[in-house]
Amino acid sequence: MNATPSPYRVRPGPEAFLAPAAATRGVVLPEPGQGLVEGLPVPEDDALEAIAQKLVAARNPTLFPGPQILWARSPRGLAKAAALLELAAAVPGLRLIPMPDYRPKYPRIHPDREINPNHPNLTIWHNEIDVCLFAGVHCHYANIALKIIRASTPCYTIALCGERGHEDAMITLRDADAATIGRLTRAVERARKGAHHD
Amino acid sequence: MTERTAVSPEHLLFEAPREKRYLIGNEALAEAVKRANVDVVPVYPITPQSEVSHLCGDLWAGGFIGDYYRGEDELHVMVAAMGAATGGARVFTATSGPGTLRGMEAIACWSGYRLPLVCAFMGRGVGTPANIQPDSVEVAYLLETGMMIFHAEHAQDLFDMTLQAYAIAEQPEVHVPVAVFVDGFFVTHSRETVELPPDHLMLHRYDPAVAPVPAMDMEAVPVRMARDCLVIKSNFISYNANASWQQEVWAAHQRARKHIDRLMGGLVEVTHPGAEILLVASGSAAAQARAAVEAARAEGLDVGLLKLRTIRPFPEAEIAALTEGAQVILIPEYNLNGWLAREVLSRIDRHSRVFAGPRVFAGMTMAPELILDEIRRLAPARGTKEAP
Repeated sequence: MNATPSPYRVRPGPEAFLAPAAATRGVVLPEPGQGLVEGLPVPEDDALEAIAQKLVAARNPTLFPGPQILWARSPRGLAKAAALLELAAAVPGLRLIPMPDYRPKYPRIHPDREINPNHPNLTIWHNEIDVCLFAGVHCHYANIALKIIRASTPCYTIALCGERGHEDAMITLRDADAATIGRLTRAVERARKGAHHD
Repeated sequence: MTERTAVSPEHLLFEAPREKRYLIGNEALAEAVKRANVDVVPVYPITPQSEVSHLCGDLWAGGFIGDYYRGEDELHVMVAAMGAATGGARVFTATSGPGTLRGMEAIACWSGYRLPLVCAFMGRGVGTPANIQPDSVEVAYLLETGMMIFHAEHAQDLFDMTLQAYAIAEQPEVHVPVAVFVDGFFVTHSRETVELPPDHLMLHRYDPAVAPVPAMDMEAVPVRMARDCLVIKSNFISYNANASWQQEVWAAHQRARKHIDRLMGGLVEVTHPGAEILLVASGSAAAQARAAVEAARAEGLDVGLLKLRTIRPFPEAEIAALTEGAQVILIPEYNLNGWLAREVLSRIDRHSRVFAGPRVFAGMTMAPELILDEIRRLAPARGTKEAP
């Protein structure tokens, strides 16, 4: 019963006091080999190009590595972490702000040093982040954070998901491993030279 | 024990040869648990579920499930199920009626913790007055728990839906619990033919590494502090996080739809689509409605059946589309208050078409003739093209 794409578009906010979960507005996760751009399925290569364009044009792009990267011990996780460092080096001015865990931070978070899924908007606001990348955040917490960011900030959100993707991100990949991130790095390098993949 | 082979859900459900057995519903459910490669079964016996509690003990003794114990009561059991699933185990449990309500404090937390456990609810009355008779009122209490709810029509459904439940619930983007609901006694204690794949086949082990939340492992960073309960720390987070958390549970139901389509054949099953008179039902009421539909069609009446396999996610788009052309809609139910009629009425227009019944409850039998009488009564006046 979901044959036609939803008219709902996942775009930068601030969208609402309480934004809807995009999945409940009919946005469907991408199939293998696809990504989502603002809620619409596109070939993965197109999603990679769109991400590269956003990163290169950003004023203050920021990568949020999550626990699956920061505490990675598996060969797959370590390879993805290394690939993300290469990506970080390729994007001019890319900042790294970690999401080391998911516990609510009190008495206050330090938004200059970390991001937390329970109040991610504080880190976005404090650092005036206009484009952000999620990687290695467990999907449940990534979805919560992405939706809060869309609800209350104008930040453009991108998810490099190792599982099935995130409807609440403005651009999402699925099954993103080290090789996928390597392709993204190459797309960034092309974008910096003004060349497009064909 | 015979050497066992782990296979995909698709192989177990669709490709493996099946053998006919003559089983009561409780036995069919135990046969599903036997093939589900379950790690932990905490359970407390209660009529009409008691036999499956007993049979799970036998499965443990036979080496088919990893751990099994009888809890002190249902609250203990449902908390134990939560703990085991939080630790990354595949969990099964079952209960009925008052046991559901006793365990409800924990049951209502399962979805928020994103636990893909499966619980069979073997419906019976819960009170008004206290009784052990068949009644589907229990579903009404489960509707807003955040669990997916599958409603089995017969023992075959109960077997298949239990295995389907694990395969769907454990998808990384879904990962919420499933209530497999079945009408007590009508199915749990009735013997019928059930087709089973070989019992040396079982599902692959559950892999918590792809879960959307980290499995609780107190020895591994960063999990020691990763699952702090929001209610304890709720003064220190935005209320938006709590709200978004709830939204995420219901978003997971929507993500389950494509897996339900693939593994269950859809949220609904329609017989004689486009009929002027449409019965909308689930569970045992669907079985009785099915018999009434065929009897009515033998009399020349244009009647069809829309069976709801899932109550959560609720098939609202399917119902809206499939009822669009119906002139009369009947919603037979095995409960007094008509939770299904309320669900349907809130999703369709032209309510004057709807007869929210018939209903029987507290152990009474809804003979197909009871439904057929209503079809006959409504057809001449409201249900045929020739009607005035």
